[in-house]
Amino acid sequence: MADRMIDARGVHKRFAAVEVLRGVSLAVDKGEVVAVIGPSGSGKSTFLRCLNHLETINRGSIDIEGETLVATTADGVCRYAPDADIRRICRRMGIVFQHFNLFPHLTVLQNVIEAPITVKGLRRDEIIPRAEELLRKVGLLDRQASHPSRLSGGQKQRVAIARALAMEPDIMLFDEPTSALDPELTGEVLRTIRELAEEHMTMLVVTHEMAFAREVASRVVFMDGGEILEARRARELFAAPEHPRTRAFLQNML
Amino acid sequence: MDYLVRIIGPLLEGTGVTLQVFLISFVLSVPLGLALALVRVSRFVFVSGLVNGYIWLMRGTPLMLQMLFIYFALPFVPVIGVRLPDFPAAIVAFVLNYAAYFAEIFRAGIQSIDRGQYEGARVLGLSYAQTMRRIILPQVFKRILPPLSNETITLVKDTSLIYVLAMNDLLRAARGIVQRDFTTMPFVVAAAFYLLMTLVLTLGFQYLERKHAVYDG
Repeated sequence: MADRMIDARGVHKRFAAVEVLRGVSLAVDKGEVVAVIGPSGSGKSTFLRCLNHLETINRGSIDIEGETLVATTADGVCRYAPDADIRRICRRMGIVFQHFNLFPHLTVLQNVIEAPITVKGLRRDEIIPRAEELLRKVGLLDRQASHPSRLSGGQKQRVAIARALAMEPDIMLFDEPTSALDPELTGEVLRTIRELAEEHMTMLVVTHEMAFAREVASRVVFMDGGEILEARRARELFAAPEHPRTRAFLQNML
Repeated sequence: MDYLVRIIGPLLEGTGVTLQVFLISFVLSVPLGLALALVRVSRFVFVSGLVNGYIWLMRGTPLMLQMLFIYFALPFVPVIGVRLPDFPAAIVAFVLNYAAYFAEIFRAGIQSIDRGQYEGARVLGLSYAQTMRRIILPQVFKRILPPLSNETITLVKDTSLIYVLAMNDLLRAARGIVQRDFTTMPFVVAAAFYLLMTLVLTLGFQYLERKHAVYDG
């Protein structure tokens, strides 16, 4: 139990009248790489965004590393932790967005060191070696003085990964990290994520890359209509999907 | 030529008044406008509504009327009634009025920034204040330079309204000489001075725009 990184139980989320999540439960242990697949509108991105409080849930509970982010009492009242706790808990998770969300007015290096300096209060000379190491790891050390507008989509996404890692998160969340990229650029981003998996980073990856999910993920979760229909070892799920809708989805994708 | 030399003294004095009113009004109204804009986009609905009403009032009535009110009518208003000399009265009128316009420029800029920027900052742990200061406002500043430059140049020319408080700005000085000497030459010189001042501002803003052009977006 000590190694349970994410524990979401019965998560419900409504946008106005539309119920986007209808009781999603998922536990992720330390070092696991969980891929979330499913058709568009299945609620997979929303679920990921709920985990670090970019969306608030209507019912259910979420624990991160044993600490309660949000819980629902027996009489149905959904209550979040105090704001300071939310910030502290969510800081253990890094997230990478579909559209990168890099800061365009800052250089690559400045993007990476901004939060460590502003949020953690590190000095520039403390963080810069680490930032350079991260940029070397994602293969962009030579672009550290460039602004994001000078980079390709794949390079932007790798900077976004380095930026998230600079805060030394215990968990990395990826929200369709390659969906906004040209097909020939997805490889470099997936390679970076794969390297993180090899270092046993705990990751939750919402993706449409089936081959990537099969090779890198330890577990694959299939979502449709706001529910998890199937969650199994990657190889098993791809080899013999149990749910008819998983089968239909995989047939369409492959 | 001799005539020019003779009238240049009073016109330069008038320019001094114009520049003082402009500079003080500008330096005070930009931060006030930014503060108003930040309140306006905040989640505090009540004060945001108050600011909205304030902007409506300031943009909905003539600046000259506001100036006359502050100078002539304010002393008779109960409780807040205060009698201001002409120079401070003019400054107060310009600052209150221009802050409203600057606030709308800042608001437009703040609201033009993509929601992803807020999310990107938030997931890195930045507070709302840190996000505004470090991420949003630097980008806003770049985007609003053109409308800011517009409004600033308008302020230079609007300072000529202080003639209603009988203050000797550049335009009033020129008009005095025109009426005394029956020649329009002082108007031409005044126009040249206004053009010179706005040219300096235009170049200044162009420099800022070039400086911020290192990134797109």
